[in-house]
Order: sequence, then structure tokens, then C-alpha cells
Amino acid sequence: MNLNVLKYYFREAGTSMLRNSWLSVASIGTIIISLLILGSSILLVLNVGYIASTVESSLEITVFLEDGVEQDRMERMEEEIRFIPGVTAISFVSRDQALDELRRSFGERADILSGLDEDNPLPNAFRVKTREAEMVPAAAQQLGELSGVEQVRYGQGVVEKLLALTHWVRIWGSITMGVLGFAAIFLIATTIRMSVFARRREIGIMKMLGATNFFVRMPFMLEGMTLGLTGGLVAALIINFGYLSLLSKVMITLPFIQLISDPALIYQVLGGLLGLGFAIGALGSAISLHRFLRV
Amino acid sequence: MIQLYNVSKIYDNGVKALNDVSLHIRKGEFIFLVGPSGAGKSSLTKLICREELPSRGQVVINGRSLARMKNREVPYLRRKIGMVFQDFRLIANKTVFENVAFALEITGASNKDIKRAVPPVLRMVGLEKKARMIPAQLSGGEQQRTCVARAIVNNPVLILADEPTGNLDPETSWDLMKLFLDINRRGTTIIMATHAWDIVDAMKKRVVALGDGIITRDEESGAYGYES
Repeated sequence: MNLNVLKYYFREAGTSMLRNSWLSVASIGTIIISLLILGSSILLVLNVGYIASTVESSLEITVFLEDGVEQDRMERMEEEIRFIPGVTAISFVSRDQALDELRRSFGERADILSGLDEDNPLPNAFRVKTREAEMVPAAAQQLGELSGVEQVRYGQGVVEKLLALTHWVRIWGSITMGVLGFAAIFLIATTIRMSVFARRREIGIMKMLGATNFFVRMPFMLEGMTLGLTGGLVAALIINFGYLSLLSKVMITLPFIQLISDPALIYQVLGGLLGLGFAIGALGSAISLHRFLRV
Repeated sequence: MIQLYNVSKIYDNGVKALNDVSLHIRKGEFIFLVGPSGAGKSSLTKLICREELPSRGQVVINGRSLARMKNREVPYLRRKIGMVFQDFRLIANKTVFENVAFALEITGASNKDIKRAVPPVLRMVGLEKKARMIPAQLSGGEQQRTCVARAIVNNPVLILADEPTGNLDPETSWDLMKLFLDINRRGTTIIMATHAWDIVDAMKKRVVALGDGIITRDEESGAYGYES
């Protein structure tokens, strides 16, 4: 294949797209929307999973102590906690450590917490881990009955709720993406069909002159692929800039929430969108050529 | 060069176009296909360029059976056959030069080859001065000569012409026939289906007459005949 033929393919594909401009725009638009939905669902699911893993684990119970509990009472409490069935690990977090951790989670905006050093409102606490999640409620109840304990807290389903949310996002994201993806393929196929229809006379002449099937089909394939790739590119750019601005906003206003900011992972998602747009375009035109251009 | 052995063609709608036709065409011949409309002239030309396959019998070109030819080989057969039509079949938004060049372009020829091959052909059909015009700016005769130029630019071994003079006035028709004779003298076989009895009678070439799907007459240097 020489440069001349390549030039021919691209010229013909371009002419076709301009001739059916409104249909081209509609199919690109559909691809953009379906890929936007797919992209944001993926990022949402990934981030919820990431947040869930950074939030305190569902197996962990925090036992806040009353103020003024003596040191030797605390040591005895630790022994008593070890004997509660299901408990596998226990660690003591002093009020100063707790303040440090809080400060770290606020990152650059830790200055909000200044002034708490003299009058730390945080209590001393134990962090208790159980072998299995089901043991948490029973253990928490026994912990609450110990003397010197002010309050017992555990995940109370936060993690489970987050994961349930991602479950629904996955299902509805897939359904919407599936429907829209189907619509996108259909629209591409229609666009290509219109192009074939507009050029059926020329196709007849090409076949008469001895053009190969490949030569006749290539401009149409290229047209579909270009439409798909354009849709994928626009969607990837929107997701990229949208996500970057979301990242910077969250970092400023909600510094304790950690979102995925690993560029490699984000580029993988964007690359996937681009590839999928291309695939939709290729598939749509292949279907159309198979049905309407039996050369 | 072309042999038809007991060829029948029955279309899907039941129309019997050809019935047990056998015909041998030698290299370099000039043949007129005559006969009334619906006699099977078009079916015969379609079988030769493998637009249709015979229902029975064999069509053999240069020793190759067209029925056994694979679909992907058909384009290469068509490149060896130049086709000329009553309605010209030019591409409206391409210039004369581009229309002729298109036959080379689809074979993957380079720009250099195209620029070398097209001008001599245009000169041969007398259109070198109109190379940059589009078909709508040409007369019927000029459009048909463009079509002929496109048919011969690939150096075909065979020209298949289906009523090429059907849309031309008598004088222009004769110009076209002189062009065909010229091409024929260079060794290209020509098969021309036509209703133009005056041309057939004057040319004194081989005449194959078809009627109701069978060959009714096959004469060297024959005449159109008046039975139809």
C-alpha cells in the first residue's frame, strides 16, 4: 500500500463525514456520553474501594476511655480486653497520639487544629481487632461493660454501605453504558450506511474497474473508526480535566478524604475509554458494511 | 481466449436469459452481439466479467473457469477487462483526468505511474485539452471517449462494450467506432453489444446474433440482419 492509496482512503473518509455532518456529530455525541458515564462510574467505583480500604477496617473497634482513668487501671483493662472472646489484637492510643493522627489527616490545613495542644479534647482509647466481622457486636457490648469506658465505637456498617453503593453503581453504570454503547454502535452503523448509500453509484464503478473489497470498504471503515476515536478522545479529555479539578477541589475543602491520584491508573482509564471509542466505531462500521455492502 | 460451453442462465425470478449457449472468441477478434432487447446480450456480457455466474455450463477466460474463480480473484479479472457503457458511468465530481486515473488509483498505482499513463491515453481519445473538465461540461461523445480512455488505461486484453453508441448521434458514433478499431488493431479483443445496424453492416466484423437466449446466427464479416 503506497502513500497515494492512504491519501485516497483518508480523503474519501473525510468527504463522507462532512457530507453526513449531522449524523457524524450525533454518533460522536452518543459515544462521548456513553464513555463519560462509563469513565465516571469506573472512577467512582475505584475511589470508593480506595476510600473503604483507607477508612478504619470493619474489624476494628475503638474504645474511648473516661478522662482521669489511672495508668494501672488502664493496664488492667488491657488484660481484661485480651480475655474477651474473638479479640486478636489490641493497641493503646493516647490522647496526644490521637491529636497527631487527626492533624496528619488534615494535611496542609492542620492549622485549624492549632490551639488544641493546650486543651486536647480527645480521649485516650484502645483499638481492638476481632478475628471476624461477626464477632464485633458481641465484643463491643462486653467492652462497653468494663469500668472506665466512656464509649465504644465500631464501623457500624459505614464500609458495608460504601461497598453496597459501589455495587449499585457497577450495576447501573453497566446497564446505562450497555444501552448507550449499543445506541452508539447503531448510530455509527447508520452513518456508514448513509455514506454507502450516497456513494453506491461510485461503488458500482469501482467494482467494475476491479477494485478489491478491501479497497472499497477501507474508507468506510476509516470513517467509523475516526468517529469512534474522536468520541473517545473528547470523552477522555473531559474525564481527565473533570477529575483533575475534582481532585484539587477535594484536596482543599475535604482534605481528610483521600482520592486516587496515581497518574498511571488514571491514564489507564483514559486509554481504555479511547480504545473503547475506537472499538465502537470499528464495530459499527463493520456491521454496516457486512449488511449493506456485499461486494 | 474466451470460451462458453453449454451455458445457461436462469435468474432467481425464473427468467431464462440464456439457454445452452456455446461460443468461442479468439484473441484480437472484434465481435458484435446483436439481437432484440431481452435476447440475452447483457446476460452474456455479465457472465464474461463475472458479474453473474452461469446456472449451467462453463465460462472460461484465458484457460480459467470463472465458476471456480474465488471471489477475491474477481477484481484482478476485471482489471483485465475494460468496460464501456451506454450511460458512461463517469464520476460526476471528478475531472476527465481523475476519472481515467481512478482506474489506476484503485489498483494501488503510484502517483508517478498515473501521471505517466494517463496523458497518452487521453491523447489517443483526443481529450488531452479537456483533461481538467468535469463530465457535465462535456458532450456525450466526449464523455464516452473519457469512458473508453478509462477502459483502456489498464491495458486490458478485452473491451466489453454494452451499447456504447446508444446515447450518441451518428457522427459521434462513427468517431467512437474508429477509436475502437484503433484499439482493436493493437491486439485488444472487443465485444460490443449493439442495436446500431448501420455500424454493424458497415464494419464487416464477426456478428453473433442472439434470440430468446440462444445463438441464432454466428457469421464472420456478417450483417445486422433484419429478422428482429
